[in-house]
Amino acid sequence: MKILRVGYNSCGIAAGAEETLGKLYDVLKDNKNFVIKKTGCNGMCYLEPVIDVIENDKVYTYGYMTLDKVDKFIETLEKGEHIDDWIVLHPDRATTQSSYQDKQVKVATKNIGAIDPENIDDYIAAGGYSALEKAVKTMDRQQVIEEVKASGLRGRGGAGFSCGMKWQFAKDAPGDEKYVICNGDEGDPGAFMDRSTLEGDPHGVIEGMTIAAYAVGAQTGFFYVRAEYPLAVKRLRLAIEQAEKKNFSGKNILGTDFSVQLHVIEGAGAFVCGEETALIASIEGKRGMPRTRPPFPATHGIWGKPTNNNNVETYANIPYILREGGAAFSKYGTETSKGTKVFALAGKINRGGMIEVPMGITINEIVNEIGGGIVNNGNCKAVQMGGPSGGCIPAHLHDTPIDYEKIMETGAIVGSGGMVFMDHETCMVDIARYFLSFTVEESCGKCTFCRVGTKRMLEILERITAGKGQEDDIPKLRMLCESIIKGSLCGLGQTAPNPVLTTLRYFLEEYEAHIRDHECPAKKCKALISYHVVEEKCTGCTLCSKTCPVGAVTGERKKLHYINNAVCTRCGFCKDACKFDAIVVE
Amino acid sequence: MEQQDLSYVDEVLDNFQGRKGTLITVLQQVQAQKGYLEKEALERVARRMGVPTARIYGVVTFYAQFRLTPVGKNLIRVCHGTACHVQNADGLTEASEGELGIKTGETTSDLLFTIESVACLGCCSLAPMIMVGDKVYGKLSTDKVRKVIRDYKKKEAAQ
Repeated sequence: MKILRVGYNSCGIAAGAEETLGKLYDVLKDNKNFVIKKTGCNGMCYLEPVIDVIENDKVYTYGYMTLDKVDKFIETLEKGEHIDDWIVLHPDRATTQSSYQDKQVKVATKNIGAIDPENIDDYIAAGGYSALEKAVKTMDRQQVIEEVKASGLRGRGGAGFSCGMKWQFAKDAPGDEKYVICNGDEGDPGAFMDRSTLEGDPHGVIEGMTIAAYAVGAQTGFFYVRAEYPLAVKRLRLAIEQAEKKNFSGKNILGTDFSVQLHVIEGAGAFVCGEETALIASIEGKRGMPRTRPPFPATHGIWGKPTNNNNVETYANIPYILREGGAAFSKYGTETSKGTKVFALAGKINRGGMIEVPMGITINEIVNEIGGGIVNNGNCKAVQMGGPSGGCIPAHLHDTPIDYEKIMETGAIVGSGGMVFMDHETCMVDIARYFLSFTVEESCGKCTFCRVGTKRMLEILERITAGKGQEDDIPKLRMLCESIIKGSLCGLGQTAPNPVLTTLRYFLEEYEAHIRDHECPAKKCKALISYHVVEEKCTGCTLCSKTCPVGAVTGERKKLHYINNAVCTRCGFCKDACKFDAIVVE
Repeated sequence: MEQQDLSYVDEVLDNFQGRKGTLITVLQQVQAQKGYLEKEALERVARRMGVPTARIYGVVTFYAQFRLTPVGKNLIRVCHGTACHVQNADGLTEASEGELGIKTGETTSDLLFTIESVACLGCCSLAPMIMVGDKVYGKLSTDKVRKVIRDYKKKEAAQ
């Protein structure tokens, strides 16, 4: 019998997994030789839809399994054969895609893509809930915290605070009524680790949070998940229901006197709610505005009661740490940053997806070996880490090992794990402008420096990208950066200048080119570029002139076309429409 | 004046009676009924939860998810995450706006389409992407996004 595992996360569904799965059900309706299983995303999002064929305990991974391939696929498997060209990972030999997996170490994401996230028995068969059982039956609360301390695990949401210490504070805080929160309000654009984890292994996160509730003495837990992640919310709710039925959650867990009630709350779309005090305000049904700390949530959280708050990935590591011991986790990583970290690779990289690697791996290893290099054989210009709170790390620093402190030295942060890669077509001033426009939109407005300062910075950056930059714009930007960092209450404001500071530090010449020469070296900023037709390549097919929304492209059939740059709005539609690469940007 | 039927609001409120901190969830479920929050519905929530309407309005305008105007039958959300941005998400917005003759945040006069801009939908490996309703369209170009919208227009015209 063969098991077919179909990757059925948001990324797979978007790439056509639903159609493929439907067809498989159809073709294999009365076929007893196959079992179809839905699973999460194995991280190879760039190959979706992905199907694993498991026979005799060997796993053959097939990529790009769109609807049209299903018939031939099943026919071949029925004959006991495989289609080598479609196999992306082979159990017995290396493939061109092997390097994507070779350097990865899976702890938090071990089950994702391997088990059916909607089936608790699958999770239990993979060792699930054994850590919870060990904790509540054989360990006291302090022993659990000591194990987490020994692991060296630091918060994976971005700030990197010691997880064991945090639990200790909440445990030691006086009071009988306590709470735990799982922060799944993954707001960094370019990050999707939490979505994939909640979709692919919700029980792992539930187990981790339940252990935290036991350790700190909480009776209630809240999952706060973005409403933009409907599948994650659905699977999480289902998983909680299943866990309650099997007594891993709810009253008197596993026959002990420990009880915890878990709730799922959908975030309503505010980036600042990733900040813990804002998140707590949001759970209480208020506007999600941060407040001064101290007092910290560990003593004064939800409804003023002691509250422990961790990120999805942090909790996902806990079952492993309790099962295998803190030392098993801390054997990976660097002196100050232990264990593994999940990253989302996106942007101009060949293999976009989700990976888990030991801390201490270099950015170069991630780009070149795991990520398979930059698209179109290009060179990596920079990688953006940490979203709007992070920064752009230029290529010459890509031998930096990934650890909280080393990345901080570059001006960026490890953050929650989004890595967006950029090539020569990415304008760094435009990237800074992009992030500032995000911050302006998402600033809650409480602190003047964040509310008004980011707006002023955005205006300056808009002016520069429009070719109207002034000589003193750069010192003005630096001054604003400094003031906003000093004058903001929460992490959003304090880190908002980072994208500008890092691009100023590493790509100052691009700012100067915009301001002094009125040039955009990446040919991205609309006010500073123009579109032209290459005479030798134009076939006169008229596609460009038909697409142009403003009538700027003219020309007769089978004759050379011409772009009137006085009318052109630089939308680039003509370039996208041209099948002969006959339109260039100058 | 005809009395407006707000029983759908009452039904949601009945499920949450007296539980503290449920305002946002209540508003989400009320909005799910009609796609937006009408003024009368907010007033009903305020009265029954004993919260001033002004405070509810404060919450509604704080979060991006809540809408105070009706939304088109097909909600087009153009993702502007970092990965989409470096792969020309602005072009997708421009192409969608051109195709439908409305700006982002607006709804066509026949109430069939609304365009929204969202910060990140978390499908970065498919960038640049849009969502129409619950369906994701990835690896788009300005050319492809226009085709996607045209197909929806055709489908609507055929109905």
